[in-house]
Amino acid sequence: MSPQELDESRLLSAIRGGDEAAFTELVGRHHGALRRFARIFGASEAVAEEIVQETWLTALQGLDSFEGRSSFKAWLFGIARNQARRRSERERRTVPFSALAGDGEADGPVVDSLCFQGPGANWPDHWSAPPRPWEDPERRLASLEAREQLRDALAELPERQRTVVVLRDVEGLDPEQVCELLEISEGNQRVLLHRGRSGVRAALEGYMDA
Amino acid sequence: MPEMHRHEIDEVTCREFVELVTDYWEGALPEERMELVEEHLVMCDWCKTYLEQMQATVDALPEAAEREPVPEETERVLLSAFREWKARR
Repeated sequence: MSPQELDESRLLSAIRGGDEAAFTELVGRHHGALRRFARIFGASEAVAEEIVQETWLTALQGLDSFEGRSSFKAWLFGIARNQARRRSERERRTVPFSALAGDGEADGPVVDSLCFQGPGANWPDHWSAPPRPWEDPERRLASLEAREQLRDALAELPERQRTVVVLRDVEGLDPEQVCELLEISEGNQRVLLHRGRSGVRAALEGYMDA
Repeated sequence: MPEMHRHEIDEVTCREFVELVTDYWEGALPEERMELVEEHLVMCDWCKTYLEQMQATVDALPEAAEREPVPEETERVLLSAFREWKARR
């Protein structure tokens, strides 16, 4: 089986056995995610690349002691977070995630107020402009065009919301892992996730209704 | 119905429902509220549609992951580190 076909735990055992191609594959698999993650901490493109390199160098040293109790990706992100933090302390340049501006995380409804009936109506606070069912969402959202829509929708989100949605829903980390990596409370994490997801749904609506 | 009585009815409105979807999924709602959300979903096809769209969105998000090519310089640095690591074991 080629390294591209191996799942992560098999890939890791191949690497422990000294398989170079397996290591290259693992690096390739996580490169985009690690770079995006490093940028969350305010790293420029060049610095992000350095953080990614340092992350792998550190990960190699710890690879034999990685026990798989957390996911490999979460473990890797933890190392990258420490690398990014060490750098920013040295350069006194970046702000920690938890100190980023509020991004309107607590104000405003997630669905336009005009979509609901007003206080004098028959059914106050129930839909006046309900969502229209999406046809065959699974197939349509898997298309290349939809993927572009998704990326655009993510790019439009406020930074903190985008970060949490990417870590949870794109990278597939657990809530606990995200809270730890970003040093935010569970409640805060949920608010950011919900507002971000709602924003992406709203952005997809125009595309799916068309 | 007079305005003051409306709010005494124990229910989740559609306007509230759309704010609660993630809390509902993550089991972060108090039990009573959880039940009200479920009751609402049984009665309200529109909110059921909304919930399905949120689910479709979450299911589609992994598609947004982009595999970025590893720059040659990084690959060179990491491969030589890998060879050293291998030699030392």
